[in-house]
Amino acid sequence: MAGIDGSMAHLSDSLFTTAIAIYSVGMVGFVAEYSFGKRGRIAATVPGAVPAAVAAAAPARELVGAGGPSVEQAEPAQPASSERGSAADRIGRFAFVLTVLGALVHAGSVAVRAIAVDAVPWSNMYEFASVAGLVGVIAFLALMWRIPQIRHLGGFVLLPVIVMMFLAGTVLYSQAQPLVPALQSYWLAIHVTLVSVAEGALMTSAVLTVLFLVRQRYDRVCEKPGATVGGLTGFGAKLPAAATLDKAAYRVVAFSFPLYTVAVICGAIWAEAAWGRYWGWDPKETWAFIVWVIYACYLHARATAGWKGRAAAWVNLTGFFAITFNFLIVNIVVSGLHSYAGLN
Amino acid sequence: MSTPARAALRPLRMAWRRLTSMRTALILLFLLAVAAVPGSLLPQRPLNPDKTDSYLASHGGWGRFLDRVGAFDVFGSVWFAAIYLLLFISLVGCLIPRIRLHARAVARKPLPAPRNLGRLPESGSFQTAQPPADYAVAARRALGRRWRIVQRPEPGGTLTLSAEKGYSRETGNLIFHLAVLASLLLIAIGRLYSYQGSRIVVQGPDQGFCNTVSQYDSWKPGRFAAEGKIAPGPFCIDEMTRFTADYTASGEPSKFAANVTYRRNVDSAAEHATITVNHPLRLGGDRLYLIGHGFAPQLTIRMPDGTVRHDTAVFIPQNAATLLSEGAFKEQGAPGKNQDVGIRGFFAPTPEQGGDGAIRSVSPKVDNPVLGIFVYQGDLNYRGLPQSVYALDASKMTQLGAVNLAVGQSHTFGNGVSVSFDGWVPWASMQVSHDPSQGYLLVAAAAMVLGLLGSLGVRRRRLWLRITPSAGAASGSPTVVAVGGLARSDSGNFATEFTTLMHRLRDAATEAHDERSQRADQPVSLIGAGEE
Repeated sequence: MAGIDGSMAHLSDSLFTTAIAIYSVGMVGFVAEYSFGKRGRIAATVPGAVPAAVAAAAPARELVGAGGPSVEQAEPAQPASSERGSAADRIGRFAFVLTVLGALVHAGSVAVRAIAVDAVPWSNMYEFASVAGLVGVIAFLALMWRIPQIRHLGGFVLLPVIVMMFLAGTVLYSQAQPLVPALQSYWLAIHVTLVSVAEGALMTSAVLTVLFLVRQRYDRVCEKPGATVGGLTGFGAKLPAAATLDKAAYRVVAFSFPLYTVAVICGAIWAEAAWGRYWGWDPKETWAFIVWVIYACYLHARATAGWKGRAAAWVNLTGFFAITFNFLIVNIVVSGLHSYAGLN
Repeated sequence: MSTPARAALRPLRMAWRRLTSMRTALILLFLLAVAAVPGSLLPQRPLNPDKTDSYLASHGGWGRFLDRVGAFDVFGSVWFAAIYLLLFISLVGCLIPRIRLHARAVARKPLPAPRNLGRLPESGSFQTAQPPADYAVAARRALGRRWRIVQRPEPGGTLTLSAEKGYSRETGNLIFHLAVLASLLLIAIGRLYSYQGSRIVVQGPDQGFCNTVSQYDSWKPGRFAAEGKIAPGPFCIDEMTRFTADYTASGEPSKFAANVTYRRNVDSAAEHATITVNHPLRLGGDRLYLIGHGFAPQLTIRMPDGTVRHDTAVFIPQNAATLLSEGAFKEQGAPGKNQDVGIRGFFAPTPEQGGDGAIRSVSPKVDNPVLGIFVYQGDLNYRGLPQSVYALDASKMTQLGAVNLAVGQSHTFGNGVSVSFDGWVPWASMQVSHDPSQGYLLVAAAAMVLGLLGSLGVRRRRLWLRITPSAGAASGSPTVVAVGGLARSDSGNFATEFTTLMHRLRDAATEAHDERSQRADQPVSLIGAGEE
């Protein structure tokens, strides 16, 4: 295995930092559009106004692609997230362009790191977090391509990505290094790619679920006569309808869960070759199992009377909490065979 | 059944119904997730017995309590087994009626059209110039093969089409759950019939082993393997001819490889293979893994009675990063005369001299290695309990001295004892694993994924068309087509889907019409072209 190209690794780091900076400006733009955009007022007067229905329809189709007949876009004529040409609209467009630019720089950082280590660049926590963040941003951009109306929600997706990248670049950072023997396998590319795509998508689902809970709370407060909406609940005014967010979050899980299942199976196949058994309750494996079971609970909860809606939403968030725990705590605190954090 | 008997069975039936309800299954699933948590946070005896013991030692009563409830072997504990067994039963009870229902649904024709299609969640209507029979053909073609379609006549020349699709949703769901059940069974069978043996092999001739229980350093059989119900594969590893460990400049490992000669059967020809970390040697149902490595220093020892011994001892790494290793040489002299020689040693592959005279290692790479030894004479105390070959029991011995030796150096102690450090050879620890069910388990896992894709990806839809000839029935006057649709799952984007379907059905009405009018204009050429 070749050594490390130091100048390339350095270039990768610079691109990474640049991407964070661009995302941050983009996020400020999205937040500005969200706050000053007109759409909020429409939604506030007619809870669950038209655009919501479309927002639900499109992600589902795109993410699941059940092999149904090719579907053309239904009647458009949906109001855009901000009035065309308004200041908020222009800020939103600007933020969108910045996010695309940031994603390109980010992708460049990952690619250059790959050249530097001469392998797929996701063998430690820093690299994994960087790739998962990129997947999250690309997923959102793809979603926005199909449904421009959700553009003003961009800040909600960029915020966790930026936080994660900041942690990755500071606390979790590790120098570019060649792969240890256990990681020298094509399963690294398959297993870790699947995990990062599935978990990146599940993060999006968690964001949608939080928005669902806020919106649902907003609706409940609004039902009471003479109620005033304030604080965090006030955000609900500009969000799509609760049912829409709930369905969108579900469709993302319906897409991610089989992917995550395949990822775990690939991990088991790899473990059989590398460690002598397909499953050994290594802490990482145990938490992969826990995450899988929790999302299985979520899918069942959505089909069980008394569990739909809020309870299922909390199950979804518990699942994402388990993912976060598996990524941060199990890597850093608990020692096991999956100790590739690169933080020593 | 008589009434009292039925009454007696009632609590049982209630319990069964409750166990197989979705709510119970959901709670059991939750419990399964929660129960797995301590298995990752507390040391587990099967994975790490040393860590478990030190945790017990430092946690007193709390540790003993945890031990008693099986918290140090969660995945082998009674309560963990209870949860997944209940889940297993609940799943079986839930699946049997669902399979019956689904089989019936698949066998049944799509339901007749409701009287008023306009009352369905999605509906619409349009007109066509075609007579009902022609349009019914066109509509069936437009919908395509994904839909199961039944045509039914109604009075007055009206035709209805009942279309249904997405049966593979429930099929996929059932396949997934059946595959989960199959996986649990296969895992259980695998555990009963599996075995795992490990053995340290020093590089060089006469150090090999055959796949028999007695030749392993450690042997973990499943229950049936322990009872001798399966015979271990008949292969032999004759020799590890060469072990290679490569490191980067910073001391990170980059490659481990063991070259071995082996025979598939005791009497078959010898073959060569290279075993690396991700590439075990697969011999029928057995897999041979390279799981560790270390150093075996070689000494020439002159005993108190003047005889000379050559010995090689396996040293065990104490530090995974620097491979500072520890081990012992035990040379028995004439019995009962305190003529035994025991040597406790530390091997530093890349040594660094500490200020206190002790050696340290700074890298796992071998670079002018040093062996630090403590030499004892006396009684090795072999009459007592079985001893570890890696540690010296010096309780009945006296120390002759201590020295650090580089390769080729020797040192003479008192009583005529001298030791020379001749060199070292690498050793590798090999693990043999056998699990007859894992191939089938992979098939079950693949079935789980396929089932999931059907279950989560396919959408269940019903569609009805009522094709009514115009009231006047005059030739050329329009036929009215009413369409209604119903989503039986994932209704999220059904409105969009229905709009698309309506487009297609409407297009079919005009396309077919164009075709027909063309046919009327040029009947001869079309027949000539062999259209009919």
